[in-house]
Amino acid sequence: MTAISERQQRAYIASQAADMRVNVELETEGMTLNIGPQHPATHGTLRIIVKLDGELVVAADPVPGYMHRGYEKLTEVRTYPQVNTLINRIDWLGSFANEVPFILAAEQLMDVEAPPRAQWIRTLLFELSRIANVTLFLGDMAVQLGAVTPVFYAFRDREYVLNLIESATGGRFHPNFDRIGGIKDDLPKGWIAETKQVMVKVNAFCDELEALLLGNEIFNVRTRGIGVIPPEVALSYGMSGANLRASGVDWDHRRDTPVGLVYDKLDWKVWTHPDGDSFARYWVRLQEVREAAKMVIQLCDGLPPGPIMAKVPRIIKVPEGEAWVATENPLGEMGYYVVSKGELVPFRVKIRSASFNNISIVPWLLRGVYVPDVITILASLYFILGDIDR
Amino acid sequence: MGLVESGKLPKPLTKLLNISRKYSMWVYQWGLACCAIEMGAAFGSPRYDVMRLGVIPFPASPRQADLVVVSGTVTDKMAPVIRRLYEQMPEPKYVISMGSCANCGGPYWDSYSVTKGVDQIIPVDVYVPGCPPRPEALLEGIVLLQEMVANEDMAAKWKGDPLVVD
Repeated sequence: MTAISERQQRAYIASQAADMRVNVELETEGMTLNIGPQHPATHGTLRIIVKLDGELVVAADPVPGYMHRGYEKLTEVRTYPQVNTLINRIDWLGSFANEVPFILAAEQLMDVEAPPRAQWIRTLLFELSRIANVTLFLGDMAVQLGAVTPVFYAFRDREYVLNLIESATGGRFHPNFDRIGGIKDDLPKGWIAETKQVMVKVNAFCDELEALLLGNEIFNVRTRGIGVIPPEVALSYGMSGANLRASGVDWDHRRDTPVGLVYDKLDWKVWTHPDGDSFARYWVRLQEVREAAKMVIQLCDGLPPGPIMAKVPRIIKVPEGEAWVATENPLGEMGYYVVSKGELVPFRVKIRSASFNNISIVPWLLRGVYVPDVITILASLYFILGDIDR
Repeated sequence: MGLVESGKLPKPLTKLLNISRKYSMWVYQWGLACCAIEMGAAFGSPRYDVMRLGVIPFPASPRQADLVVVSGTVTDKMAPVIRRLYEQMPEPKYVISMGSCANCGGPYWDSYSVTKGVDQIIPVDVYVPGCPPRPEALLEGIVLLQEMVANEDMAAKWKGDPLVVD
């Protein structure tokens, strides 16, 4: 090693000091970014306070409650049929699916069982509302990535499904069709044939989106390996539905605990994906729409004849007791814990909705991601604000 | 627009201005609950296609908007935010209240956390009833608002109401 002069040494120290100064000047200060409460990417009015270091998220804090409508308190002053009207509006995209677990819980307390035809029609409408719900996600996810076209396709094909629900139940969005002991009406004439035609369209929509998005390079780069949730973390946060299945946990209420619905009589498959990233969540939901369309066709073919209402008194008084029923709603596990004191109104209804648990992972998941990925991850988690805040 | 402020706007000019205002409504989508999806269907879906009415649903901020559609349940936690949004909009501004919740509280009329009608915090021009209203109903509401705008006397609207810029 050659000896260096004093001058060289001083220059070296000065350059090091200059380097330090530059580093200090370029050091990023923490910034707080407020997303929401009204933001297109939050599917409603979720507010997320994100603390940034440069473009890196160091902490994310969701602030729910902007859509809190006090459901659990309102159910205490509504009779059972009135509660049924109200709870349609929890997850507004798959309204019929909200009614089913509550009605099943009330039926369990009253010791009534719906006739087979009613159970089949219930399952049929349940799956139709799943299609109506998830198709919008399939289009909306692309919007969050900057592709506007798929959402037009989603709205177009969703209208066909909504038309079916409307012609059967009279309600486009909130059917309020389920009754304790059965359903309100039988299916209209010609409905079955029309449903089968629409399912062809739904399948074509899935193929279209698969061709448009899944092979798209931008879509792949922005979703693969982004927002990875390992299965044990997903389970510990109480996630459910497609978010859990995308983490590789093979768990589905429809297959594992088929209460009151006829999923055990159908031929279908629970799809899982081992990756647990945003892409996996999209892929699993896409397959679920296909499975739902498959199930709807099977349900149309196997619809048994018979009555649609069991014998139920005109004024519904539910005997004393407690019941918990959960079903696999489009967003995940949704359950009602109904406590009755033998009166016209429930004493207490605890609503376990899927989205609230699904977004509880947000502070963990968003730590350490970049700002643009925040939007992708939130979109891929797929929550609905009514389902979070209730 | 000195003519408008002084109230000396000639009738034909008013009519011309009104026609152009009526067919270039920039609408800010204030989607809150279920109605937001029906609003999305009305604005974003090829079946209903709101743009043929001269309504443009793409402003990035309320500061660029003429019309706001408040669609969905307004909760007490949300109310100050809506008030702030309305104050950010430039005059002349219009509000459509969409759905029963925004009109009067709707099915949550006895809830402890819901504001019973958005007209308690901001003035509303057109109410669209329904829970949720069909997209056609929202389009009807927009057509009604356009009729209102077409017959508006801008001078009378702004008389005695000085423009304050702070």
